Amino acid sequence: MIDFLNSIVVLLNFIIIPGISYGSQLALGALGVTFVYAILRFANFAHGEIMSFGAMITILFTWFFQSQNINLGILPTALLALPLGILASIILCIISDKFVFQYYRYQKSVPVVLAMVSIGVMFVINAIIRIVIGTETIKFSDGQKFLMKAKQFKVMTGLNEGLALKSSQVITILITIALLTFTFWFLQKTKTGKSMRAFSDNEDLALLSGINPDRVVFTTWIIVGILACVAGTLYGLDKSYKPIIYLNLVLPIFASAIVGGIGNPFGAVIGGYVIAFSEIMVTYAYKKFFVYLLPGPLEPSGLVQLLSTDYKFAVSFSILVIVLLIRPSGIFKGKVL
Amino acid sequence: MMKFERYEWVAITIMISLFIFVGFIQGWSVSLVILNMCIISAIMTMGVNISWGYAGVINFGVMGFLAMGGLAAVIVSYPPITESWQVGGKGLGISFILLILLVISVMFISKNIKQKRNRYLLNSTIIIFGIIIIRHFYLNATNNIENVNPAIAGFLGGLGLPIIFSWIVGGFFAAGVAFIIGKVALGLRSDYLAIVTLGISEIVVSVLKHEEWLSRGVKNVIGLKRPVPYEINLQTSDWFINLITYLNSYKLNKVSNINERQEILNNLIIDGSGIFVKLSYAVLFLIVMFIIFYFANKAQLSPWGRMMRAIRDNETAANAMGKDVVKQHLIIFVIGAAIVGVAGAMLVTLDGLFTPSGYRPLRFTFIIWIMVIVGGSGNNLGAIFGGFVIWFAWIEAAPLTTFIINQLTLGLEPNNALKLHLLDSVPYFRYLFMGLILLLILRYRPKGIIPERVRHS
Repeated sequence: MIDFLNSIVVLLNFIIIPGISYGSQLALGALGVTFVYAILRFANFAHGEIMSFGAMITILFTWFFQSQNINLGILPTALLALPLGILASIILCIISDKFVFQYYRYQKSVPVVLAMVSIGVMFVINAIIRIVIGTETIKFSDGQKFLMKAKQFKVMTGLNEGLALKSSQVITILITIALLTFTFWFLQKTKTGKSMRAFSDNEDLALLSGINPDRVVFTTWIIVGILACVAGTLYGLDKSYKPIIYLNLVLPIFASAIVGGIGNPFGAVIGGYVIAFSEIMVTYAYKKFFVYLLPGPLEPSGLVQLLSTDYKFAVSFSILVIVLLIRPSGIFKGKVL
Repeated sequence: MMKFERYEWVAITIMISLFIFVGFIQGWSVSLVILNMCIISAIMTMGVNISWGYAGVINFGVMGFLAMGGLAAVIVSYPPITESWQVGGKGLGISFILLILLVISVMFISKNIKQKRNRYLLNSTIIIFGIIIIRHFYLNATNNIENVNPAIAGFLGGLGLPIIFSWIVGGFFAAGVAFIIGKVALGLRSDYLAIVTLGISEIVVSVLKHEEWLSRGVKNVIGLKRPVPYEINLQTSDWFINLITYLNSYKLNKVSNINERQEILNNLIIDGSGIFVKLSYAVLFLIVMFIIFYFANKAQLSPWGRMMRAIRDNETAANAMGKDVVKQHLIIFVIGAAIVGVAGAMLVTLDGLFTPSGYRPLRFTFIIWIMVIVGGSGNNLGAIFGGFVIWFAWIEAAPLTTFIINQLTLGLEPNNALKLHLLDSVPYFRYLFMGLILLLILRYRPKGIIPERVRHS
């Protein structure tokens, strides 16, 4: 019985909790990508950089608050700076729309051209970030690092295995729940949200019934800015902030959005968790788990690892390819394709 | 031979004069280094241009195909490591044969068992057990190989042939990977295809990075044999010394002191050998570039090229006229990738080393795409022009930025914090330039600087 509990704790500590927090970050990112795809109808390659930009502004304000000795006690100061980061990324989104994307929308350009344009935007934001903050790895989480340390857990329960709970993980999960609830409430219940859904479902019909497209697009960018900045900051808080990481993060995010069914917000969230869990589960070495669970003679000799951790990123694309082969419209039927 | 329009002549003149300009300002060695990379970039750009410009098939997997070309350069030119083959060859062979058997049996089952549930069940059982057995042999073999003298070897080595053959082999390697990708992904809509090819190229690179028995992974392969002479050999060979003496006879005759004269000659020989090596690379690359350019143009003007344009402009209509759109898309995707693979092998040849961790999408996929868009998709001369101009801008952005920043902050003190920070971030301004160039071209000249010619025939 104790062995069984120990094995469960191993799973919780190394797979489930990291999976949920990484999945939440991907889900928020994928939700942003899906919003752009559903309303503006293009694949936004600049999304990762918007996340990075939001996180960067948050870091700058965190440094400012820290220098002024303003903090939130046990919570990281970054939470205080987060609203300012969100504001900045919303402004960034709206500026990029006004100066760049709007023209192509009025021209009714094909989606590929808009995707190319977003690559241009990606380069520009990327350059701005590197010029402002450099390319170094930045750790900006402060406050209490662990809600529960592995040692405390061992003492508390008397088990062999410890369960560590980082405060950044708990914050990630709580903020994600709050933000997702708000987003879905907004889409389902408010008038603006309904008009957005109508617009994404059938643009011509929506225009005929008097929905103002500019307003819909404006609202979309606001939501995208919020989601991107929160996702970027949470990722930076949980791991560490490094500008290059966000470019690599774009691909798992796209994979999440497509796996869930692009254009479908609910699918994007589920897709985020699917990708996160498969990345972690495929590359985790299960030896410890089986040692607790199986009787002595059956214990595995190797690491019981499907793929080495080097292939973490490759896993998400493999899943993307498999899903596209078996079910091209994603797990939950996306709207387009 | 094709005739160039007037603005195309202007473009060619600009390209040539850029290099002469740099040659006089920064030295001929710098100019030739840039020129060599420009030619390779132009070949990559032509590869992408063939699939995107001719047929509208998007290919964001440039990085992966380049890496395959690079792998070909290693496999063709590196001397074989017999010890590795002895300890691991058998195990690898067995796992390879088992893998083929596995694929065949899965295909056989999928074809012959009609009931869906049984088919899935049988297939998944075979795949799971097959993978467990193959892994056993494979991991043993690869571990053995990686333990052979890990500091300098630790991989299978290559065939020990002249590296120039790898340019062709690299094309075939990339074409093989492209065929698999195309089979899987070409049915997708264009922006999905972009994401999927980008993702698969990441998979290719991560395999090359971590399968050390094949490519030495992140430990890199260095010291690949050159197709051109080495500087040190040139400096001691008589004909080269005579050549340099002859070329500089006017300058040398003016110096009367024999010792001084010898010293000047020695310096000239050292400089000259470097330039000679780079020049020979440039000649080899130019030959490849002109061959590809010639055939790409021929193909574009042929009935096949016309069919490709028809498919690009209206897929449905082309399909209705009896053209096999799926097959043609696959063909052109593979051809484009093969040309990129050739460029990848040439890139490794030029560097003389293979660094899998150096393949990053920003540098090797997106920049190439900027070259295509800026140059003009659908026009091969445009592709070459894009490759030249963008690579030139990429390299010369840093000195230009330093100059601009120094001019703008002239009023500030030399150790002003802002000025120092800006000067520190000079290398990042090139991304800003690239993004702005792409955005401006897409806005004001969406067909590129040298657009595709409209043909009425």
